[in-house]
Amino acid sequence: MLNVRSALPMTKLTCVTALVLSSMGIAQAADTLSIESWRSDDANIWNDVIIPAFNKSHPDIKVTFAPTPPTEYNSALQAKLKAGSAGDLITCRPFDTSLELYKQGYLANLEGLEGLKDFSDVAKSAWVTDDGKDQFCFPVASVIHGYVYNKEIFEELELTPPKTRAEFFELLDTIKSESRYTPLAMGTADQWEAATMGFQNIGPNYWKGEAGRKALLTGEAKLTDAPYVDTWKELAQWKPYLGRGFEAQKYSDSQNLFTLGRAAIYPAGSWDIQTFNTQADFEFGAFPPPVPKAGDTCYISDHTDMGIGINAGSDNQAAAKVFLNWMASKEFATLYANAVPGFFPLSNAPVELKDPVAQEFMSWRNHCESTIRNSYQILSRGTPNLENQLWNVSAQVINGTMTPEQAAKETQDGLEQWYKPQQ
Amino acid sequence: MHYILRYVMTSSNQHDEKKPFPWHLVFFLGPGLLIYVVFSVYPLLDTLFLSLYDEQNGQSSFVGLQNFITLITDETWSQAFWNALVNNFKFFAIHMLLQNPIGLILAVLLSSPKLRLSSTYRTLIFMPTMLSVVIVGFVWQLLLSPLWGISENFLYDIGLGQYFDAWLGKEGSALITLGFISVWQFVGIPMMLIYATLLNIPDDIIDASVVDGANSFQTFWHIKLPLILPTIAMVSILTFVANFNAFELIYAVKGALAGPNFSTDLMGTFFYRTFFGFQLQQGSASMGAAVATLMFLIILVGVMLFLFFIQRRIQRFQF
Repeated sequence: MLNVRSALPMTKLTCVTALVLSSMGIAQAADTLSIESWRSDDANIWNDVIIPAFNKSHPDIKVTFAPTPPTEYNSALQAKLKAGSAGDLITCRPFDTSLELYKQGYLANLEGLEGLKDFSDVAKSAWVTDDGKDQFCFPVASVIHGYVYNKEIFEELELTPPKTRAEFFELLDTIKSESRYTPLAMGTADQWEAATMGFQNIGPNYWKGEAGRKALLTGEAKLTDAPYVDTWKELAQWKPYLGRGFEAQKYSDSQNLFTLGRAAIYPAGSWDIQTFNTQADFEFGAFPPPVPKAGDTCYISDHTDMGIGINAGSDNQAAAKVFLNWMASKEFATLYANAVPGFFPLSNAPVELKDPVAQEFMSWRNHCESTIRNSYQILSRGTPNLENQLWNVSAQVINGTMTPEQAAKETQDGLEQWYKPQQ
Repeated sequence: MHYILRYVMTSSNQHDEKKPFPWHLVFFLGPGLLIYVVFSVYPLLDTLFLSLYDEQNGQSSFVGLQNFITLITDETWSQAFWNALVNNFKFFAIHMLLQNPIGLILAVLLSSPKLRLSSTYRTLIFMPTMLSVVIVGFVWQLLLSPLWGISENFLYDIGLGQYFDAWLGKEGSALITLGFISVWQFVGIPMMLIYATLLNIPDDIIDASVVDGANSFQTFWHIKLPLILPTIAMVSILTFVANFNAFELIYAVKGALAGPNFSTDLMGTFFYRTFFGFQLQQGSASMGAAVATLMFLIILVGVMLFLFFIQRRIQRFQF
């Protein structure tokens, strides 16, 4: 009873408040945009470089960058969107987290946004609905996997970056037998490196990039097929080349091992470039995951990591679109890619990079086929969660507590439990 | 509450007509009761209710005990659940076998009148308890690190170098190592509680036993131990509750995926992954509530068994 009686005045009150608020909004907000992001590390870059550059061409739109720490971002954003207090532009996590927001009506459909035409389908794949129709976020940056190596150690031992797998393991043998250096700086304590820097790094060469990834989605390929088992087989071969006690070596340990000059090669994500630039006092280079035979097509993991979308409840849709279109420009891509080396713009327009290692990473796009991590789209929706399983089994394969075949069987069984096309 | 109060009032009125309504009871109990209800009882009941619902695409529907049935019978859930529960019992066993006996021994040593600098030892041993778990986890990871840790050299110096291993990273030893770290951190709590009880034992009882010809071991076994048994029982139940709610140390050292191969997964980390989600795994509030409810029930049953079988038999002594 109480609720029914009080509901009516409440709605009136809300209407009035909403009216007052929105009229206030119109008065000033036509030119104020606020960006939600988890990249608190980049706050200076946005405030000092990117936003001033945008204001040069669009002085009438005021932009503020309002980041939340990465671990709190998802839940904080969800709460703000529910309460209607979220910013106008929303930095999008790839795949399901953002898809869920779109389904709940918090993100606007970006159909007809002019800037989108400069992006490939792979680049956009992280932020479309499953049927491929609705685009709800706009691709900003990707990260690329490969190996980073210590140039001084390579010179000392007279080594050159390997092209094929045979050369790669020969090189690891040389480092192991002829020097005190740890050949590969990676540990399995945090588990994710085994899956991300291991499995997803070398895997695309086995499952032929996008072709293999799509085949898993349609159910034509299984994780027990040769390409996947072989990927784990190669990972199992890494064990003797890792540092002593690698089972308890954490991500930061691996980074330190490399930047202190005690390890020759570091299975990397391109985001590591920033850390290495500040911490390593030697020159380092990068090479892509080696191919089976010289001349084979190479495939790289060029993973879409960050997008940006428009808050469906924002009063400044038009201004937000202007900003997104500007983000599609070469100007933004160049600014951003140079400010945060290791995060690569996804637009088709060529971009000049100043950082030599970042340049090396990006040059692989010219002669290799790009793909994204195969567990990210759709396949990690059910229970058991494929991504979590990949962390677990990949770490175990490297530790030697699980065979590649067992790893393949466990993940495939997991997938078959809930994913229709695989059943 | 009014009814009860009125009843109290009327029944007391029979004896004394003038006794006023005990407003001071309401005044003193009210704030505590209110805080307890709002921040403890309500969330607990709400969690219990939440565990009976299922949330899909933002729509929640009543499913009865389905979440619990899934949790215990569905293979993908039950495996993780039983694994976490078994690990949790192992974790508890390590604490019962090490933390509490060591705490007891330390307390007895500290209460010895012959020991000099006892307050210094007491402070030093209690120190880790006051440190943040994150710091403890970080420090021990460094100490045990095969790359930069000092424990390997230390073992070589005492001739045990060949036994060194990456203990925190091996499936067989990770949970035990974490248990030891936790024991190291919290051993101060049983020590302090038992120490306080030991100090309360009147000297004349001890003196009498000495006069009767008991040696120090007999004094401990026949006089002190029976007198501190209630405290040991209380320490055990505190350990039980704390261990089955343990989460921070595992999360700080091994992350929410509690590797290798879930060998360090406890109910707390399992709950965290289920409720909040992890990486690409979306969290489920209702399933998480079901896990939380089971944790609550396990602790409740444990505490009730304790109260029923042990607490009732303990004799308390008044000096």
